[in-house]
Amino acid sequence: MRSSGLRSFGIRFASFAVLIVLWQLGSLVLGHRKLPSPATVAAVMSGEFADGTLLFHVGVTLLRVAASFVVAMAIGIVMGVAMGRLPNVNLFLDGWLVVLLTFPALVTTVLCYLWFGFTEAAVITAVAINKIPTVAVTMREGARALNRDNLEMAAVFRFGPLKTLRHVILPELAPFLIAAARSGLALIWKIVLVVELLGRSNGVGFQIYTFFSFFDVPSILAYTIAFVVVIQLIEFGILRPLDRHATRWRR
Amino acid sequence: MSGVIVNIALKQFPAVGQAPPVTALKNLQFALSPGEFVCVLGPSGCGKTTLLNIVAGLDRDYRGQVRMAGSAGEAKRVLGYVFQTPRLLPWRTVAENIRLVLRPGQDTRIVDDLLSMTGLSEFRNTYPERLSVGMSRRVALARAFSVEPDLLLMDEPFVSLDEATAQRLRLMLLDIWRRRPTTVLFVTHDTREAAMLADRIVQLSSSPGCVESILAVDIPRAQRNDTSAVEAWRNRTI
Repeated sequence: MRSSGLRSFGIRFASFAVLIVLWQLGSLVLGHRKLPSPATVAAVMSGEFADGTLLFHVGVTLLRVAASFVVAMAIGIVMGVAMGRLPNVNLFLDGWLVVLLTFPALVTTVLCYLWFGFTEAAVITAVAINKIPTVAVTMREGARALNRDNLEMAAVFRFGPLKTLRHVILPELAPFLIAAARSGLALIWKIVLVVELLGRSNGVGFQIYTFFSFFDVPSILAYTIAFVVVIQLIEFGILRPLDRHATRWRR
Repeated sequence: MSGVIVNIALKQFPAVGQAPPVTALKNLQFALSPGEFVCVLGPSGCGKTTLLNIVAGLDRDYRGQVRMAGSAGEAKRVLGYVFQTPRLLPWRTVAENIRLVLRPGQDTRIVDDLLSMTGLSEFRNTYPERLSVGMSRRVALARAFSVEPDLLLMDEPFVSLDEATAQRLRLMLLDIWRRRPTTVLFVTHDTREAAMLADRIVQLSSSPGCVESILAVDIPRAQRNDTSAVEAWRNRTI
């Protein structure tokens, strides 16, 4: 068990080392201006970190990601579960879902800025509208797959709606919830960056747009990597432990 | 515990696609006295599970009436149900599965008591996926008794077990029932099982199910674990 853990750590470390080496080689081949070396990017990142700029912009973006994530998950879960359990609700909302799924993120962003102005509300609304349909689709599948036997057991033993939700429905939906959260996080931060680029004066997206104007590739990479690291910390620090906890009963 | 009066005029399943509607139960009438152990015996597909689902209130789409007499009232009646499959929540341990069904304010010591009676005390913190089929069925049995039901419904709970395990569980059921008496409605297609367990046997006809005969089992309770006595009664009567 321990040796397999060490081996998987070794493989991951080797994979990361190879990536850095390839990056360095790419930098040598393409030239420093197009692809700066890992050391240059690390130096920029440490400079931006030291004066607090990086932390401020990453923090702002993270807050927008968190707010959009909560709104999108809350609405998407309710919508998806209702659609999965109630055929008439599904019939009513299915068309909306198809339209929302095919709606370009750029269009919702521009429209939200036009309707709500350059505000945080516009950012959160635009991002949530893009994410709600994918959460709803995942949760609808989960709700459709709910085990009827367990629901009948809960009914016979008079669990009541809240106890049934907490002890029967939510644990069964946990894998779908985690899948929706994981894909949600990956998608939301990418959309937030685009939304920031189009209409905000702070955040990682805004910074990247500014660096783009100055052809400052090292800073673009430094901010991108910093945010990827934050998202990975959330994945490993929150989502994976949650996943392990939710499935601890499996053989 | 309470008595039950079953009076089902008609239970029909609607047509699905090209398949015509199916009449599952028709003019089905019988009653259980408080504390009585009644086995409903019938061939596969005669509507036994449908009958239990109606009595449990899981199926309300029928013509007729199921009334419980002698309990606090229809709304407050307490049911235990041992389904054909154990239906344990896989994300809850053995003890949690039982504790979850307890009524608010109910003494939780009953969980330990029933785990001990079913020989599961050392598995109280085990998740159901790590249990054998026989053990899962014992948990389901303990869970059903834990609510101290007015009426206990059992739907072929020992089906698909090897005969030795099934026999052990039948004896365990009789032992728990003796210590924690309640009215039991037990569905089976096994005449030996019915003869061993029941005070009375309600025999159903094949689909649509209706009462064909009602037999009183006069084997003394003390002799129910004697397979030859049960077998002799069965050959003589059924």
